[in-house]
Amino acid sequence: MLLSNEHSPINVNQLSTHHHTTTSTPAILATNLCKSVGEEPNKISILSDLQLKVVDGESVAIVGSSGSGKSTLLGLLAGLDQPSSGSVSVKGAEFSALDEDARAAIRGKNMGFVFQSFQLLPTMTALENVMLPMQLANQANAKQVALATLEKVGLGARISHYPKQLSGGEQQRVAIARAFASQPAILFADEPTGNLDLATGERIIELLFDLNHAAGTTLILVTHDMKLAKRCQRSLTLNNGQLSESL
Amino acid sequence: MMVKLAWQQLFSQWKSGDLRVMLLALVLAVTSITAVNFFINRIALHLNAQGGLLLGGDLVVISDHAIPQSYYQLAQQYGLQSTTTLEFPSMVIQGDRNQLAEIKALSDGFPLRGDFGVQLSNNQLPASVQTTPNKGEVWIEPRLVNALKVAIGDDIELGAARFKIAGILAREPSRGGDMFSFAPRLMMHADDIAATQLVQFGSRVKYQLLVAGTADKVTQFSHDLTAKLQRGERIEDVKTARPEIKSALDKAETFLSLSAFASVMLSIVAMLLASIPFIARCTDTAALMRCFGASKANIQKLMLLQSAFLALIGGLLGCLLGYILQYGLAYIAGRLFLEALPAPDLTPIFMGLTLAFAILFSIMLPHIQALKNVPIMRILRHDFAEQSVSVWLKYAPIVIVVVLFMFVLAKTLQLALVFLAGTLGICLVAGLLAYGLAKMLKKISQQATDYSNQHYAISLGFANLNRRLGLSIAQIIGFSLGAMVLMLLMMIKTDLMQSWQASLPVDAPNRFIINIQPDQVASTKTFLQEIGVAAPQVFPMIRGRLMAINNQAVAPDSFKDERAKRLASREFNLSSAAQMQTDNKLLQGRWWQPNEAGKPLLSLEEDIAVALNIKLGDALTYDIAGSQITLTVTSIRKVEWDSMRANFFAVTPVDTLKNYPTSYMTAFYLPKNQDNALNQLVQKFPNFTVIDVANLMNQVRDIMNKLALAIGFVFMFCLVAGLVVLYAALIATLDARLQESALLRVLGASRAQTTIATLTEFASIGMVAATVAIIMATGLSYYLSTFVLDIPYQFNISLALGVFLLTFILIPFAAWLVIRRYLNIPPKQLLNSI
Repeated sequence: MLLSNEHSPINVNQLSTHHHTTTSTPAILATNLCKSVGEEPNKISILSDLQLKVVDGESVAIVGSSGSGKSTLLGLLAGLDQPSSGSVSVKGAEFSALDEDARAAIRGKNMGFVFQSFQLLPTMTALENVMLPMQLANQANAKQVALATLEKVGLGARISHYPKQLSGGEQQRVAIARAFASQPAILFADEPTGNLDLATGERIIELLFDLNHAAGTTLILVTHDMKLAKRCQRSLTLNNGQLSESL
Repeated sequence: MMVKLAWQQLFSQWKSGDLRVMLLALVLAVTSITAVNFFINRIALHLNAQGGLLLGGDLVVISDHAIPQSYYQLAQQYGLQSTTTLEFPSMVIQGDRNQLAEIKALSDGFPLRGDFGVQLSNNQLPASVQTTPNKGEVWIEPRLVNALKVAIGDDIELGAARFKIAGILAREPSRGGDMFSFAPRLMMHADDIAATQLVQFGSRVKYQLLVAGTADKVTQFSHDLTAKLQRGERIEDVKTARPEIKSALDKAETFLSLSAFASVMLSIVAMLLASIPFIARCTDTAALMRCFGASKANIQKLMLLQSAFLALIGGLLGCLLGYILQYGLAYIAGRLFLEALPAPDLTPIFMGLTLAFAILFSIMLPHIQALKNVPIMRILRHDFAEQSVSVWLKYAPIVIVVVLFMFVLAKTLQLALVFLAGTLGICLVAGLLAYGLAKMLKKISQQATDYSNQHYAISLGFANLNRRLGLSIAQIIGFSLGAMVLMLLMMIKTDLMQSWQASLPVDAPNRFIINIQPDQVASTKTFLQEIGVAAPQVFPMIRGRLMAINNQAVAPDSFKDERAKRLASREFNLSSAAQMQTDNKLLQGRWWQPNEAGKPLLSLEEDIAVALNIKLGDALTYDIAGSQITLTVTSIRKVEWDSMRANFFAVTPVDTLKNYPTSYMTAFYLPKNQDNALNQLVQKFPNFTVIDVANLMNQVRDIMNKLALAIGFVFMFCLVAGLVVLYAALIATLDARLQESALLRVLGASRAQTTIATLTEFASIGMVAATVAIIMATGLSYYLSTFVLDIPYQFNISLALGVFLLTFILIPFAAWLVIRRYLNIPPKQLLNSI
């Protein structure tokens, strides 16, 4: 496994494909990505001219201080938000050329999400929460897959529990099961341990990386936890709207 | 798959409790509307059946020409029983005596409803008879017996035929509409008509077709036939035949409709409040589903399907409950209603389902429309707020539905608009008051220098009101509407009951004597005093026909309205009086002065003035016994027909009609055991006609009592709806409130402080809501009592105080009940579970 601290501090804007000389379509490609909010003169630039290339199966951590724009970047990469300028393409599909529904379809087909605040639907049981993305994709065996995945994350006995009946760690396990159940090509994880205590957080990370490893999923992990970032193949720091390879 | 997912999500939301208030409110709205409509239908049908006892059938078709054969066939098609009668005036002769009589010829089968009271031999009491007289025989009224000096067994001549008197008619089931007909009655069999040769081409004959059957069939028949009626034909049922029953029934129907509408309004308010957390959750769900790849169309489809499921479930449950509950209503209202049980009519079910879909979709559609644009970044960053729907767009559909529905229920645009104005008024007043109060309290709490625990908690409560100003205003509007509607109904209900009780006191007149001659007035008054009538009133009665209005001859056919045609073509009883009767109300003009006695002035009853388009100052020419008199309308009166007292359409000053043939009438209460005294009076003055309305009175009283019970029952719906509003309003902000109280407790606030903060917030909300409700309910009840229900209005201070205290105490108490169980949960656990 390639560890991010093995790399020298190189600006990824110039050398984004430094480590993976492959000719296949990158999983994610961000070019000249800019995001600003507000109108002049109160305009705030969050991301400016950002470049990123992530290849299939790669795990990339994006680190940075609070408010540096990590979540904004994640949102843009996943097509949840639109950049002010620049482009994002996923598996060769250019987001800006697509309408919102087409982007949603790409997400449904290729992406899984794990959020800091779990984002489970409170009115649904653990099983129903895991089934939801598969049901939206009209997947026939949604229930069997959901059951198997919940079993895999160690929650086989708690499938009928509602989120509020589960601990934080358990809720995040449900979220991880939901993310992996549909076997996405890319997994976005936004501070997955941010709401958990240290020990629980570590167990969740183990689970996340184990499943990721087993499934060969491309992982984009947003975190401010350097220890966690180091477990990814690459670690990029977001600072002043630009990404740079971490030490 | 989408249908399955929609159903699954809806079911999950139900299980987790999110949907319960929404569904409960929806079911309540549909239940109350269907139950009340089922019930109103059945009361109307039942009353028609009871009225049948007065008419001789459930429904009468009256015509001035022979009844078309197709009408009989229509009755047959509906499986109704039918029979016919003919009525015409004719001279009855016995030897050298003769008397004008009102002849009524009956076909086989008469009466379809009720019975005759006939004395069949000279020394017997009248017995109940349910057939017609035999062919060749007649029954006559005592007045005719006295006029012709005949007895049972004697013969009389009628036209070209002779008949044997077989009985003395004491009571007939078909007098209903014209109790005070001038001439005495003679009953004969219709097969004998030909022999009399009295009915020729051009004779003035009143033809009647009576039908009876199940209530729904009679209604359908009436509906079908109304479309076919020709000139000179009309349909009469109990409502048209008896003004006092019609009036009571109309008021009860209006009140029941108002109550049903009120409970629908309250349920809508509850649903709007319950939809706040529901829609917030839907927004989060939509954002998450978009994140997982759902298309905008799919999100909308999913929400539409869920709304449709919810509407269907709520609608069907409501209809079912409504149907079951109307049996309860009917049971409470008395066994009698069940006798005339109509087959289930689908109209209320249709109405209930339409209502369910209309309410739910009008609330949900604007949000469903907005959901497709929900920013998905909400998932990552909660500062990406929902793109809020403009207030107009959000509430315009439900306002339209409410107005349309009001229009359907109230049946008058005026009432619908008044309610709309009331609702909008309350929103505006409540909103402004709430805003003002919140700002004022904020200022007070900021200026406070006392930072003791309790004071801090109170300040916090005031501050909460401000921090959730939008929601606080929504809650205040909800509470105000709830309290207003309940108070309004309570006020009107009390007024309505009082006016009914006042209109039909225990000693309301139950006997009328007509045909009193001028020289018999003094003896009659003496008799009345002897039986305990304190100030007996005897009213002059002069028969007159309206010939011209402002010198323009009255042509009955020139009126479009059937009733106006009738009024213009029949004889009136005019009367004269120095003082206006106490139960009359002067609407226009002035009552005459004592020095105007003998002047050609006239006071007219409102309905007749409207029907014949007569205005103040118009000159009316009457033909009285062959000579004409022109009278100027100087006042228009409202007459309480509910009261059963003697009342007249047209009244002149005393002495104005003194030169015209006058008889007198009186109305009085005869206690049960005084019949003998009355019989002696009739024996002394055989020309008297005594009309016994005791049975009718009991019937009217019985109907009013049943309506009163029904009204009380329907009012219960509104109370329940009011409680659901209260609950929904509390639930709407529960999550935010719990999170806040958990946080406060983490930061060291005691449970007492948290409780005081909550109680302060809700006491303020309750105070504003109570004030708004009392102001609006008072205004609206004044309007409804005075202009819609026609009952005297009185401000009920104790009710107002009661509502104020109840709202002020109940709302904080209910809030405390809701949050109480969370106060013992450790804050950490609470924060996790929200």
